[in-house]
Amino acid sequence: MRPVSTTASPAVLNPANDSRACSARRRKQADRLGDRALYGICLLAALICVATIVLIACQVVNGASPAISKYGLGFLTDTAWQPNFGEFGAGSLIFGTAVSSFVALLLGAPIAISIGLYLSLLAPSGVRGVVAPLVEMLAAIPSVILGFWGVLVLAPFVQGTLEPWLHDSFGFIPIFGAPQTTGASIFTASLILTIMVVPIVASISRDLFQAVPREVQDGASALGATRWEVVRGVVLPSTASGVVAASLLGLGRALGEAIAVAQVIGAGSEIQASLFKTGDTLAARIANQFPGALTEMHKASLFYLGVILLAIGLASNLIAQWIGRRFTYGPGKALR
Amino acid sequence: MSSGDFDPTAPLTPSGNLRRRRLFSRLAEYGATAAAVAAVAVLAIVIYTVVSRGASALDLDFLVKGAPDGIGPELVGTAIIVAIATAIAMPIGVLVALFLTEFAGSRSTHLVRLTLDLMNGLPSIIIGLFIFGLLVDHRKPSGFAGSVALAIIEVPLIARGSQEVLMLVPSSMREAADALGVSRWRAVLGIVLPTALGGIVTATVLSVARAAGETAPLIFASFIFDPSTYSLNPFESLPNVPVRIFQLSEEANPEGFAEAWGLSFVLVSLILFASVGARALLAKSRRKMAS
Repeated sequence: MRPVSTTASPAVLNPANDSRACSARRRKQADRLGDRALYGICLLAALICVATIVLIACQVVNGASPAISKYGLGFLTDTAWQPNFGEFGAGSLIFGTAVSSFVALLLGAPIAISIGLYLSLLAPSGVRGVVAPLVEMLAAIPSVILGFWGVLVLAPFVQGTLEPWLHDSFGFIPIFGAPQTTGASIFTASLILTIMVVPIVASISRDLFQAVPREVQDGASALGATRWEVVRGVVLPSTASGVVAASLLGLGRALGEAIAVAQVIGAGSEIQASLFKTGDTLAARIANQFPGALTEMHKASLFYLGVILLAIGLASNLIAQWIGRRFTYGPGKALR
Repeated sequence: MSSGDFDPTAPLTPSGNLRRRRLFSRLAEYGATAAAVAAVAVLAIVIYTVVSRGASALDLDFLVKGAPDGIGPELVGTAIIVAIATAIAMPIGVLVALFLTEFAGSRSTHLVRLTLDLMNGLPSIIIGLFIFGLLVDHRKPSGFAGSVALAIIEVPLIARGSQEVLMLVPSSMREAADALGVSRWRAVLGIVLPTALGGIVTATVLSVARAAGETAPLIFASFIFDPSTYSLNPFESLPNVPVRIFQLSEEANPEGFAEAWGLSFVLVSLILFASVGARALLAKSRRKMAS
């Protein structure tokens, strides 16, 4: 409509048309302004996001600076943590974080990948429509409630049944030491983290497996491969990098979980071989002690823990992105 | 098997190696099914515990009174904190999604998407530390600080969800608008956004469900409060559900546990209803867009 009226107006000389041309011009200007404005605020919103990430990093490092300048990199290996004596070190917390997340991933990744396989290849479509949302719902349960459940339901079970059984059967391996009097242990925390990691890895790996072309799988079946051999020979190799990336994202989630771990891990400060002893993680220590932090140095040390956590979290995330992007079928689709 | 010893009269049942392979495959299938059953069972156990221990405490008094008889102030506080967070996050999230789908070149798309992924993967306790340093330190804890923290959690979720539905808007609609000489911003505001509205609302509801249960940022922002009285001022520390559950569980006082189970029950049911409802809405709007 508009282009016609503007090009036609010079030919016809009457006042009505003239004003129409004028209003068209004004409208065009308004449109140009509107386009600019919309682009401007969209760009602004995007810049706010980028700035937020940068600000977060700066703020956390800034909060930690007294501790960084006092302890330096020795903080990472020092295992003493005694706020009353002004002694701080992250060694035992890094150990606890690594062990609890690693155990969670060791238990969770195979289960999650199996669920992904079940949902993408095995389940009848009716069952899939029910089970898939249920698994995702597991991720929707707030961590504080999962932790509360962990304290009151899971920990007594772990302490009364699971740990004695593991200790009796596999006690010759040092990680399965004697159970403690309360159920609070690194092992309980790992189980809670497993529950959190499984839905994330399962839903990503399901999407990955679904993207494997049907013809390739049918080809393998036609050559006589059983269902497992199709999975082993075709599905898993072609999605391996994506599955690794998904597991890394799950690991990132486990590393950063604070509240639920703080509730069930028991806030111990020693490095012990047994999984059944209490321990603590970086995130849980921050959650437990920050509201009641005693001194400025105590606060700064907790911020320092945050810096370590941020570095590990960003690294695992970036590596997951990088691996995910090298994925062959539908690059990174499921990871977006 | 070589073709020489092929016996055409042998029955067509697997034997030897094939039987073992079939058996292994069958076992693997059982294993995968068992994993799925285990996940659903864990969900069922958690929900059953929360419902069986929380629902008994629930009546109208419990929902409106203050502690120790009820949980009214926490519910109102959480509602205020999450509402302000969503009011901050929704415009930013939708605008970022618009930026990604309508305006950005490939390089800026890459950067913004990476930023959103990093924001999404950020441990929420780090966001809490950030908010503490930015808004609480040398000032006082406030519900508003908590809202900003939750907004940081919500933005990537809203942006990603909105971006997905915006990309589903048929390109023929944009082309038709172009052909009619409609300017870009009118096309976006008048055609693209309304078409994708259902999906944007879904993404927002899902992000609200996620934010409502976040505890870690709030223990830095809104942690000193009196759970027995209502407080409505977001620039004061507001009572809220997740931090209260956390405090009650740390206190290890069996009387507090009843209140904590009640809070858990209300929170879990709100979150699960919201996410189920939002998913149903999404499926409906997808179907509408596809037809």
